[in-house]
Amino acid sequence: MKYDIILCGVGGQGVLSVAAAIATASSIEGLKVRQSEVHGMAQRGGAVLSHLRISDAEIPGDLVPKGSADLILSMEPLESLRYLDYLKPNGSLITGGDPYDNIPNYPEIEGLHESIDRLPKSRIIPAKELARQAKNPKASNMVLVGAASSTLPLKMESLKKAIELLFQRKGKEIIEKNLHALDLGANS
Amino acid sequence: MNNLALLGDEALALGAVDAGISAAYGYPGTPSTEIMEYLQRIEQQKGKPLARWSANEKAAYEEALGTSVFGKRVLVTMKHVGLNVAADAFVNSSLLDIQGGLVLAIADDPGMHSSQNEQDSRFYSEFAHVPCFEPTSQQEAYDMMAQAFDLSEELHVPVMVRLVTRLSHSRAAIEVKPARTENPGKKAPDMKQWMLLPAMARKQWHQLLQKEKKMAAYGETTPWNPLTRGSRTGLITTGLGLNYYKENMAEMEEIPSHLHIGYYPFPENKIRELASNCDEILLLEEGDAFVEKRLRAILTQNITIKGKLSGDLPREGELNPDNVRGILGLAPRETLSVEKMELPGRPPQLCKGCPHTDTYLFIKEVVAERKESLVTSDIGCYALGALPPLMVPETIVCMGASITMAKGAAEAGMENVMAVIGDSTFLHSGLTGLVDCVSDNAPVTIIIVDNSTVGMTGGQETRLESHRFPPVVEGLGVLKEHIRLLNPLSKYHEENKKVLREELDFQGVSVIIAVRECIEWLRKQKKGAK
Ligand code: SF4
Repeated sequence: MKYDIILCGVGGQGVLSVAAAIATASSIEGLKVRQSEVHGMAQRGGAVLSHLRISDAEIPGDLVPKGSADLILSMEPLESLRYLDYLKPNGSLITGGDPYDNIPNYPEIEGLHESIDRLPKSRIIPAKELARQAKNPKASNMVLVGAASSTLPLKMESLKKAIELLFQRKGKEIIEKNLHALDLGANS
Repeated sequence: MNNLALLGDEALALGAVDAGISAAYGYPGTPSTEIMEYLQRIEQQKGKPLARWSANEKAAYEEALGTSVFGKRVLVTMKHVGLNVAADAFVNSSLLDIQGGLVLAIADDPGMHSSQNEQDSRFYSEFAHVPCFEPTSQQEAYDMMAQAFDLSEELHVPVMVRLVTRLSHSRAAIEVKPARTENPGKKAPDMKQWMLLPAMARKQWHQLLQKEKKMAAYGETTPWNPLTRGSRTGLITTGLGLNYYKENMAEMEEIPSHLHIGYYPFPENKIRELASNCDEILLLEEGDAFVEKRLRAILTQNITIKGKLSGDLPREGELNPDNVRGILGLAPRETLSVEKMELPGRPPQLCKGCPHTDTYLFIKEVVAERKESLVTSDIGCYALGALPPLMVPETIVCMGASITMAKGAAEAGMENVMAVIGDSTFLHSGLTGLVDCVSDNAPVTIIIVDNSTVGMTGGQETRLESHRFPPVVEGLGVLKEHIRLLNPLSKYHEENKKVLREELDFQGVSVIIAVRECIEWLRKQKKGAK
């Protein structure tokens, strides 16, 4: 088993927490993981990309080759389209539907959604709204992990355990809210 | 956050701890910053090793020399361009009789994710005649530290370990080994070997050339430079080039003969051996064409060499699993064929609510009033003010250059010259420039944007607190009435403009200190307080 994921969004949208959640869940299942992150300048409101590779065998490198990603999981629609070259011909794309508009020339949202809908396997998730329902507006990213849970080669149980581990220090309430967000995403 | 897997930077840091370091010094710089941050977390939990940021890379390196002269192991961390600053100490230190192992962990940034150039630190290791290890995985970053420290003590030389961004900032699980204990403190036995007066330095230079033979011999036998026999095509990989080769290996028709170089000085004999059985040599090097440039001198026979210099691999940017396919004889991978939309870029920008934005807004308006002006700037978050919509800084070169370039421009006759520099950058390399300005009474206006932290690299402490800056500046000789403190908030916008106008009109050295905290740093402080 080998599963390559492109995670993307804008600096500050919680891409690294998504990576940590999926990577931790994979380790819980005894799989090998390699994950490349973006630190430094690009984190300041720029486009952020993380490569996450899961496998039951040795993983040769940290970067996903073009045409090899099983999944693009994006926090927002414009960024979801930036890395299509990485997607396998039969790969999936899952993205939050709400634009993160911090540039003067952000494209029309309808056009973006149309482009996403045209892809063979794509889903647009109203992540912001679902996070609001989970009473944790910051948890859009965990909604998206939930939305990807049926596509990922991981058990829901492991994802839940991973979230508990990651938010351990922040207390029970935050854990609950994030688990709720995960569930809402999974049922979306 | 994720305990199960470590960043390359963190794996290296843990390797250093388990190799028995007593201390670590460094200056923050992407992608090396997380090495020290990890060590500081360990220090907090266990009380050691001592893990300290320094005022700049040169200071860090020299502080480490002090640890070594007392026989203890020490790590120095910095980014590639930081070694330009520490070069004086680094290059000379190879002539010393290193006692406690001294390892320089340096992180290069091919592709310039967060840097102003792509310089390859391997050239520095060769220039200073010191060995260099280059890991290709988090596990190797951990494992190589023990050997780097052992070699440093065996040959009494500093040793470099070179990381690149992709490894520094990628996570994987690693296996750790039993930790070695620290060295006891013991002064170097022969202090003559620590004094580089000409007569002694000549002896030390002779010694170093003898040591260099041992460094080279180590390269021929170390398992970090493995040679395997395959087809009549010879492949040499260095650094992450190895990973991208492995990624594509399964698709290759024939497995080439292969030498991987994980240690320098690279093994010349192994290269000759590889070439003697091959018709052509391919090179996958992460970084500059360091080995490729030297191959011609080693291989006298007529043999095809393909790499970056021959144009078979891009010379700019990083290697990746895709751009190495051509040289390996593979076609590009099939990707999804869909009609692609033209997408606007999303460059990094100052955070919403960043104090620098308000500073630049008032500078911008005053600049617009003047016929001629120059705004030199420096390295840090505030450099992002050069991008739209602010577009205020006009020069960004290297740490501290804002002040000295401003002086040069003002002395060349330019009017309304301003230097914008951060608090940490000012302490790193701005003080000396200010001394020059004061000595010659140069008509420059220096604007220190003091946000209480090293913002760009994620909020490390500045070496001096804000209230110390005015006395420091005054102590260097700037007139008290031309040291102006202000708060860059929009409600003081007009007042701040007035201050800048007054100081630009003054034909001498002015220092405006704009004090307001970085909001990311404030957030971090709040989190820490909880
Ligand atoms: S990190 Fe701090 S200094 Fe840097 S852009 Fe954000 S607020 Fe400004």
